[in-house]
Amino acid sequence: MVDKEFERPKGTEIVYERPKSLTDVVTHYCPGCTHGIAHRLVAEVLDELDARERAVLVAPVGCSVLAYNYFNLDTQQAAHGRAPAVATGIKRVLPDRVVFTYQGDGDLAAIGTAEIVHAAVRGERITVIFINNAIFGMTGGQMAPTTLLGQETTTSPKPTGRLAERAGYPIRVCEMLSQLDGAAYVARGSLSSPQNIAKAKRHIRKAFQAQLEGHGLGIVELLSSCNVGWKMSPVDALKWIDSHMVPVFPLGVFKDWSAAGVEAARLADSGVAAG
Amino acid sequence: MNLGVIMAGFGGQGVMSMGQVVCYAGLAEGKEVSWLPSYGPEMRGGTANCAVVVSDAPVGSPLVARPDAVIIMNRPSLEKFEAALKPGGLLVINSSLCDKEPSRRDVRVVKVAATDLANDLGDIRVANMVALGAFLAACPVVKPDSIVDALKKNLPPHHQKLIPLNKLALERGAEAAAGQL
Amino acid sequence: MGQRVLMKGNEALAEAAVRAGCRFFFGYPITPQNEIPEYMSRRLPEVGGTFIQAESELAAINMVYGAAGAGARAMTSSSSPGVSLKQEGISYMAAAELPGVVVNMVRGGPGLGGIQPAQSDYYQATRGGGHGDYRTIVFGPATVQEGVDVMSKAFELADKYRTPVVILGDGMMGQMMEPVSLPEPLELAKLPLKPWATTGAKGRRPNIINSLFLDAEECEKHNLALQAKYDIIQATEQMAEIAFPDSDWFVVAYGTTARICREAIQEARAQGLSVGMVRPITLWPFPVNAFEKVVERAKGFLTVEMSLGQMVDDVRLAVNGRCPVRFFGRTGGMVPSDEEVLAEIEKMVEGRTR
Repeated sequence: MVDKEFERPKGTEIVYERPKSLTDVVTHYCPGCTHGIAHRLVAEVLDELDARERAVLVAPVGCSVLAYNYFNLDTQQAAHGRAPAVATGIKRVLPDRVVFTYQGDGDLAAIGTAEIVHAAVRGERITVIFINNAIFGMTGGQMAPTTLLGQETTTSPKPTGRLAERAGYPIRVCEMLSQLDGAAYVARGSLSSPQNIAKAKRHIRKAFQAQLEGHGLGIVELLSSCNVGWKMSPVDALKWIDSHMVPVFPLGVFKDWSAAGVEAARLADSGVAAG
Repeated sequence: MNLGVIMAGFGGQGVMSMGQVVCYAGLAEGKEVSWLPSYGPEMRGGTANCAVVVSDAPVGSPLVARPDAVIIMNRPSLEKFEAALKPGGLLVINSSLCDKEPSRRDVRVVKVAATDLANDLGDIRVANMVALGAFLAACPVVKPDSIVDALKKNLPPHHQKLIPLNKLALERGAEAAAGQL
Repeated sequence: MGQRVLMKGNEALAEAAVRAGCRFFFGYPITPQNEIPEYMSRRLPEVGGTFIQAESELAAINMVYGAAGAGARAMTSSSSPGVSLKQEGISYMAAAELPGVVVNMVRGGPGLGGIQPAQSDYYQATRGGGHGDYRTIVFGPATVQEGVDVMSKAFELADKYRTPVVILGDGMMGQMMEPVSLPEPLELAKLPLKPWATTGAKGRRPNIINSLFLDAEECEKHNLALQAKYDIIQATEQMAEIAFPDSDWFVVAYGTTARICREAIQEARAQGLSVGMVRPITLWPFPVNAFEKVVERAKGFLTVEMSLGQMVDDVRLAVNGRCPVRFFGRTGGMVPSDEEVLAEIEKMVEGRTR
């Protein structure tokens, strides 16, 4: 897509426009879905890092399977769960490119658990955008590995919703990956409010910096809404992120190479050996 | 000439490298060769064997079902391979570790106390070369000199000093076989 | 071609891949092909390449997908159970039109099976193996030298047709040592450019590597385009060897089984039997043209495989009822002996004359 040049009235300046890393098309996402926000945040960061022309996106199966239509980037579509392996192949061939995956919770935390864990184990210089909306959206609202206890889905139905005895517990990906030495930056943000969205963007930027500076794998989990799958209004869905998801998936930075470095230096200065 | 040989013993007795060195020597002499190891769990400590073919023509099957010769480094190998040997074939037995008499009467038998002779030379690891020396005396499929050249070419630098010992082992084996031919 | 050196089949194939410009290898250990990843792990860094021991065969083939999509010559190797896991990725590669080479040193199956040589993955290799209407080019070399030779060809055809290529060996070929002449290494700079690769959309529209076609009409169109490519491959890339084409009877075998059959044929000819051999080198495309050269004069074919009868289906299709097609096979890691094959040849000839 080529951006159209607009005639700008004299004395005005553009303060808000479509990032160059996005295409000029209408997405297929449901009204109220937060994928559009996540897309935009990633695109803004790529523009700001001047990375669009050296970025390669890996889009596996999920609602975002058509991401190649929305990002104005070289893209490889990947099999369900395999995006971190595909991204590994790309990054090893093209180490100076900016390679990132955009994965949902079923993709990353169910079928692709091995791939994300081992990409982090190897410290692959890739960035992972992980959309956690606690449900399989694309296939029609089935239980995800991140579905909350008691949450009703088409495969964890009424009257109990997800029952621990039958279906186990929601998986906390950031907490798990932050234990791995190869993960350089691990953070969880939320797309539930303007403040949270601004914070999420800072996480995304840092996760790309981890790659650009060669520190290791950077992952940002974004708590997202699926108002259609959850059978809620878009506004209620955003509120539900805060009221129900955040207590299970606390927001914050779980690992930050730069903080680790600062902390180690501080401890060294104070004569305490870093553990 | 198309000769199929099976070499068999315990893992660690050097039967695999014995087969390989024959192939290297054969290749250097312009012959066609193949080496096929038994593979799998037995590689790691149990019985091991390899099949070697040396031929004037391109090697057909690398699998030697009916060997022309068998080199037996231990007793279980005799029990495993004696029956497969072609009538008139050659059976070389390491009598140090195989006290059983062969039951076949239609084959040539050469016994060599390979492990004892290697011990006498000061290094049990050259038992394979003693047995090979005996085998080549009875069945000169490649020249012993070619074996020594192949060792020179293929042993890593830190093992090159072992070449005189290996040469001696080949000679001891040949001497042990001489009286039985 | 350089001077002849003695090499293990697995290592020779690995070195041949390096010389064919492969700089990216992704694998997972499984017997009897471990010498390929082991060799690559020390060899590729010497030439500026990358070796990754992946967390699974699924990951390994998807790393090949990514690397191939980024424009590199990439490969993986495995043995039967591992290749079953790779089928997902092979289907995606075929659909997304990505080049790559997959070596399968076949062992006895099904399930965990055994680790001894087999040819029971013929259907899987030649029928596509994964889901969907697709084929992969498949080579079935008979010697270590031929394995080396087809490796260069495999990368060349993979790039030419943008399709995955399978080399179907077996445990025997992987483990045996034979003299080989290795080709001179290809210069990477001289390899064909890949303007379709995802290298970053700098000064051009984005490149998209994709196998998703939600619109059925579009998906059919994509399939027809793939099929048109397969038609060209079938017409132009068949490889086979015919031994003693003037014979009355023919043995059909590929890979190491063909070597055993060659010995049986020599023995049969020494007995005065008029027996030749058709030896497919490409298993897909199946070399039907080679059969056309001998089928009119042939009194019968004997297909020999290390399986319970898979390639024999293709032989029957090629012969198309014009003369009898018999089968003999051993399976589960058992290797047919030349004596068994000779006995089957004699049965075939006697059955005809009785």
